[in-house]
Order: sequence, then structure tokens, then C-alpha cells
Amino acid sequence: MFKCKAVWNKLAPLVRASSTLCLQNARKSVLRHGRRLEMVQKAQMSSGPAGGGGENTLYYVLVGATCLGTGVYAYRTVSGDKERYNERMIDLVNRPKQGPRAAEAVTEVVAGSKEAPLESIPELSLEPVKSEPVEEPTLTEAPVEEPLVTEAVVEFTESEPVTEPLVEASIPEPTVETLVTESVVEASVPESIIEVSVTEPVAEAPAVTQSEEPLASVVESETEPTPVIITAHVPEASPVSESAAVSEPAPAAEPVESTAAHSDVPEHAPYLLIGGGTASFAAARSIRARDPGARVLIVTEESELPYMRPPLSKELWFSDDPKATETLSFKQWNGKERSIYFQPPSFYVSPTDLAKVENGGVAVLTGRKVVHMDVRENKVKLSDGAEISYEKCLIATGGVPRNLQVIDRAGEEVMKRTTLFRKIEDFRSLEKISREVKSITIIGGGFLGSELACALGRRSTDLGLEVIQMFPEKGNMGKVLPEYLSNWTTEKVRKEGVNIIMDAVVKNVSYKNDKLEIKLKDGRLIETDHVVAAVGLEPSVELAKSAGLEVDSDFGGYRVNAELQARSNIWVAGDAACFYDIKLGRRRVEHHDHAVVSGRLAGENMTGASKPYWHQSMFWSDLGPDVGYEAIGIVDSSLPTVGVFAKATAKDTPKAATEQSGTGIRSESETEAVAVTLKAETTAPPPPVQQKEDYGKGVVFYLRDNVVVGIVLWNVFNRMPIARKIIKDGEQHADLNEVAKLFNIHED
Amino acid sequence: MSYCKQEGKDRIIFVTKEDHEAPSNAELIEDDPNDPYEDHGLILPNGDINWNCPCLGGMASGPCGQQFKDAFSCFHYSKEEVKGSDCVENFRSMQECMQKYPELYPQEDDNDSAPSGGADNAPTASTSTDSLPTSSPDSTPAATENPAAS
Repeated sequence: MFKCKAVWNKLAPLVRASSTLCLQNARKSVLRHGRRLEMVQKAQMSSGPAGGGGENTLYYVLVGATCLGTGVYAYRTVSGDKERYNERMIDLVNRPKQGPRAAEAVTEVVAGSKEAPLESIPELSLEPVKSEPVEEPTLTEAPVEEPLVTEAVVEFTESEPVTEPLVEASIPEPTVETLVTESVVEASVPESIIEVSVTEPVAEAPAVTQSEEPLASVVESETEPTPVIITAHVPEASPVSESAAVSEPAPAAEPVESTAAHSDVPEHAPYLLIGGGTASFAAARSIRARDPGARVLIVTEESELPYMRPPLSKELWFSDDPKATETLSFKQWNGKERSIYFQPPSFYVSPTDLAKVENGGVAVLTGRKVVHMDVRENKVKLSDGAEISYEKCLIATGGVPRNLQVIDRAGEEVMKRTTLFRKIEDFRSLEKISREVKSITIIGGGFLGSELACALGRRSTDLGLEVIQMFPEKGNMGKVLPEYLSNWTTEKVRKEGVNIIMDAVVKNVSYKNDKLEIKLKDGRLIETDHVVAAVGLEPSVELAKSAGLEVDSDFGGYRVNAELQARSNIWVAGDAACFYDIKLGRRRVEHHDHAVVSGRLAGENMTGASKPYWHQSMFWSDLGPDVGYEAIGIVDSSLPTVGVFAKATAKDTPKAATEQSGTGIRSESETEAVAVTLKAETTAPPPPVQQKEDYGKGVVFYLRDNVVVGIVLWNVFNRMPIARKIIKDGEQHADLNEVAKLFNIHED
Repeated sequence: MSYCKQEGKDRIIFVTKEDHEAPSNAELIEDDPNDPYEDHGLILPNGDINWNCPCLGGMASGPCGQQFKDAFSCFHYSKEEVKGSDCVENFRSMQECMQKYPELYPQEDDNDSAPSGGADNAPTASTSTDSLPTSSPDSTPAATENPAAS
């Protein structure tokens, strides 16, 4: 086109010039001749018109020659241009082929779908196409012509160097035409989603007739760098389209809407609970109790219905039932069996029925993760693309176990032999491993680590299993219990059959000779088969970014107010919530009862209660099935403590505390002789008996600025309400022994 | 006799039973029965039923929750001589509903008293979903009073 124009432009002046010239000459001569003719006519000249004298002849010759010259020149120019044009076209056609080849931004789609389109290509009556080693049909489709590509936005994976073989076929035009045709195919009916338009080459016949024009546009489009998503289009007549549709979605682009994938996800949930753990279940129950007919949707990443975690590290290990790992049932303290699942499946409504069921209910959507939260629009997006809008939302995402950096970096062999314990599957896996390996090491001396150590230690003799527990502190529960109790606890754990290594900082873990080798900072080397890392919990706050929620820098977790609210219509409860406790200050608590209490409170507030965190949650721990303690409030061993213990008497045998030693009795008899009154702030040495003190039963108060902020009930049970009251009062008590009297520690 | 020792910042007191026989002179603050923040037991200060009481377990929130609430409310407000005798219909429909979910409502319950039924569903164990000693503040209305009175 341009060439023509250029040509025309060039020619025009010439033509004009020559034509003008001709015309002028003609006119002149005609005029002259006209006159002459008249004159001749009158004079009846003998010579014809041509014979009008030598001048005339000269004129004729000159004009003729000019015209002829012009004509020749014009012809030459035009034909020369045409040739040049053709050459240029071929050049251009060649060039883009190299582009995509170099780019290689592949979408395998093409590869897959190639076959089909390739078959269709032979339909086209383009010989060069047929001869192509098809596997890569021209991918670089682009909307060939605007009119053709009306609705479709096409995604192309230009990378396919398909066209190259085509190009090689040294027939520039037809080759280019195939390109064209393939891209032309587009304009068809949207039937399904196709990531790559490759497959179009079907209805080519009309396309084949395309002239050079489309080629130009193809050229442009081929240089298009980015793939554009195809909303949908499939050429009607083509079988290819099916195959195209079948081809997997390009990884680069997400399917705009998969057809049947989200059929079980409700579009709207009045109450949406993100996370399916203890806090979430407690909130669901609370909402249902307070709002009759409430429709509650729980969305959880796990594949399990809501369950409780404590038995995973306690009761389930002590169960005599060999099928406990499958059924996940255990015996409670009152002798009754129950499952760790809060409710059997029949309690829940299916997500699809949630909107319709008459009195509402609780539905659980398992295996789905919420990846994005739009607070303005009140909706969330799931990992599979589905969207759910809500009116009130609770975030109860809990956390994931932390890992030691040295293990993270230690490589796959070490990671395969490491357990991060939190879920049902971790329990099942560790239970199985405990029966298979010879040595397990637990890193971490807190609640989880000590409980697991005791649980495994109990099995150690039966299974011939060596259980090692290592931690940087001086004793088990070193960060929770005052030193004397921590030491006592450590002894107890040792008696359960655990080899305890204190002051242990892990420097390196490596896999050698089919064993794991743990190197400590002080040089000690421990060989083991399997490692359990119980070094804390990292709260899951991934939604903070998209939802625009604040994350606490001191404690981690979402920052919420005293009513557990993060923003309007959004509450957070459980392990992930860093909340303001009116009595004890801002904190984040990772215990089961706190999850229940905060979940319940969040549920109440979601149904309009506006209550702050007031009922103090408690926690407990069992060191084996015989010894346990309950605690409430801030129980941090760095705080000053006052412990009041019952002096063991001959008949006073707390549940299991003094079995192992006669120290209790001995100390009792000897201390009889020493008259030391309570009131005297005596620093006199204890009775001259060097046996270990027996901390059978007692109460420990944790003080902050002389106010009791935490209490541990050591082997005294059913006294939690008293402890709760004392913390709620927040009074400064002069004599904590008087306060201890309230607990009646000597009674059972 | 009792004695006391100090280990760094931690103080330890050993006491005998006799030492603790005298009543405590520690002062506790009077509880406000109308405290809006406080968790109440089964019955709220205004006389209504606290459906969110942990003592009820899942009774008020499950599939038969509505029937349960109707039956129990009727019973609670019943002024008949034989309390609840006018609520037979409600209890019957509740029972019918519960029979549809034998897994959730095991039939050995005595459905007469809701709390015990609730307790069956949500065992009052240390491992229950509710606060550890569910026998404590939540189920007993008296809990809001001075526990030191025990």
C-alpha cells in the first residue's frame, strides 16, 4: 500500500508534468494546426497535415519522444518498486520468526495442543503448511485484523517458534498467509476458555484469500510482547478448538472463570469464620446460641473438621486402645470416652445447603485457604479463585510451628526426618515413626516439648526407643516455672525415661551414615534418627496485608482491641490474636482455653455484645498421666514468685508426686524439730536435711509490682475460680500466705 | 512447723495443715452481680436463659438448637404446678428432631434436664472445649458470688 502510494507520489509529478507537457504541446499544435488546417483547407495544400513543414515534424518528434520517455521512466519505476516491495516483504516476514524463537517464553499449552491444530492445518490448501514439522503451530497469533478480532482478546504464547519451519518453506507469501489464517481464526464463538489461541487454523479457507494486507498487521502483532488473556473463543467448525480447550491453562495466566470448580462454595455467608480450629468452633457455637437461625461458614485449610489439640500430645499417647490413632478417641479424666473432634460430621450442614436450611447451621469448607481479603467490599478470595462475601468475619487462623534455622538450612535429608508437631497428621506420623526408629530427639523444653517427651518416654521401654530432650534453659518449663519447680519437673521427666540435655543450643544438624547428627554450641554431639522441633508457634498473619490489618511487633499476631475487634466487622481470636487484656495488659496467648474463651467472646461480639476480654482463660499441663498443674494469667518465670506448698506429712500423698522418693517423709520428720514461724522473714537455712524439697501440692503466685498477675495450682485441682477471682481483683496483698489459705491446699 | 526460704527472687513457704486452719484474712473485692462483662451461669441476672453457657454444650447451637431453645424456654417460664407440663409439645418435637441425629444426641441422655444433656455432648473434662472446670463459674449461678465463702 505504502509502496503504491510512494510510487504514485513519485510518478504523479512526472505524470502530471508529462501530461501537462503533452497537453500543452497538443494544444499548441492543435491550435496551430487548427489554424493551419483552416488555412490549409482554404489553400488545398498538397501535403497532408504532417507535411506542414519541417518544424511540425520536429515538434511531433520532440513531443513524441518526451511522452515515450516519460512512459518508459514511469514503467521502470513502478516495476522496480514492485520488486523492491516484494523483497522487503520477504525480509520482514523472516525477521519476526527469529524474535519469538529467541524469546522462548513458553507456554506448554501450545505444545500440547499443537497436535490438533496441526492436523487441521493440512485442511488449508497451503502446501508449505503441510510440510511443516508441525509440532509447533504458529503461536504468535495476534488478532489479525481488527474486524476479525472483535470480542476476543487472545493470549498468545509467542515463544513458539512455530512459524520458523513455515518460513523456511521459502514461499514467503503463502507462509505468511498461514500465519495470518491461524490468527484469523479467532473471531469465533466463545465457548470455553483457551489460554492459547494456537489452535485456530481451522476455518481458513476465507483467510487464505487474504492479500498482503493482513501480512502487515500480522507483522505488527507478532511483535507483540505480552500474552493477552483470551476470554473465550473457539472457531466453530474446528475440532481443534476442543483440543485447544482441553489444553491446560497456561501457567502464566489464570483462567478467568473455571466453569464448575466453585460449585460447592457459597457466594455469601452472613458469618464467615476463617480458620477451622478451636477458636473458630467456639465462635460458631456462640453465634448460633445467640443469633437464632444464624448461618455460619467456617473455611479451613485443613482437610479435617474442627478438633481439639491438647489430646494430640497427651491423652492420645496414653491410650491403651491400639486404634486410637485412627479413631482419635481418648478417655477423659472422668472416665468417659470422646473423640478429639468437637462434633461429629452430622452436626454440620453442607456448604451448599447453608443458605437454604431452615434454621441455619454451621458449615465447614475444608481444604480451602483464604488468600485475599477485601475489607472495603466485605469479601474474601479463596485459593481456588472463589469469592465469598460476608457480613461479619472472624479471623482465627492460628499459626504454624516454628522451625530452627539450622534445620531449615540443613537440607532435605534432615527435613525428612524432622517433625513440626501441630496437626492430626503430625500426630499420626510421629506415632508411626516412634514405632520404627531407635532414637528420637525433641528440641524444645516448653509445654509441647515436655509433654511429647513424657509421652514418648513412657513408650520408650516398650518400644526400645531412646528419647532425648534438649533445650537451652536449665530445666523443663524453664520459662514458665520458677527454678525450683522447673528442676523438680525436669526430674520427673527424667523418671519417665527421657534423657535430658540442658543448656543445649543447637548449632548444626546434618545427615550422616543414615543418622542425624546434632552438634551443640558447646561441642557436644548427639546422634539420633528423628527430630521433633517444638520451638514455638509463628502466628499466621498472611491476610494482614490485603486486609490492611495491623500486626503487633512485640507479640506477633493481628493487633485487636479489648473486644477482639480489628476493624468494623472483623474480629480475631485464638493464637493469632494480640489483644488488650484490661487486667493484664496487651498479650497474645497460645493456649486451648484461651482459644475457647476468645472464640466465644468474639462470637458474642459478632452478635452485638460489645464485651471486653474479661473472663480470664487458664491452661494446664500434664507431665505424664499422673502429675499435672493448672495455671492462669501471666505465668512467666522471670517475675518474682511466692510459692506456698503443703508440707508433706506421712499420710499426705499428693497424687503421684512423692512416689519416687522417701524424701517427703524424711523432711517432715526432721522439720518437726525446727520451729520457724511463717511471719518471721527468716533467711535461716531450711532444716538441716539435704534431701530435695518435695513440692507435692501448692500454689505459686507470680507478682508484678506486688500485684498477683499469675497463679499456678500445683497438683491442686478444682480451685480455678478462686485463682481467677484473685487475678481479677488485682489487689496488692500484704501476706500471700493468707491468700494461699483460700485455696485449701491440704484438702483434696 | 512451717518455714520459708528464699531462692533468688522466688520465695517458698511450706505450711502445715494447722497453719492453714485459721480462716484467711485476705480481702477480696465484692463481686457485682450486675457486672455486664462477667460471664454468667445458666441463668442471666434478668432471669433469662444464657444460651451461650458452656454448660449447655452444643445443645442450643446444633441442628436441633431451635427446638431445644423452645422447649427449654417454655419449661423455664412455665408457671404450672408441675413445671413444664404445658410444654409437652415442645419437648416432643425436640425429641423427634434429636432422634434424627443419633450420633449427636445419644439416646441414653435423660433429655429432661438440659444441662446434663449438654454435659454429655461437651464433656466437662479437662479436655473439653469449654473452660476446664465447667462445674465452676459457668454452670453455677452462685459463682459470681464470693468464692471465698466456700
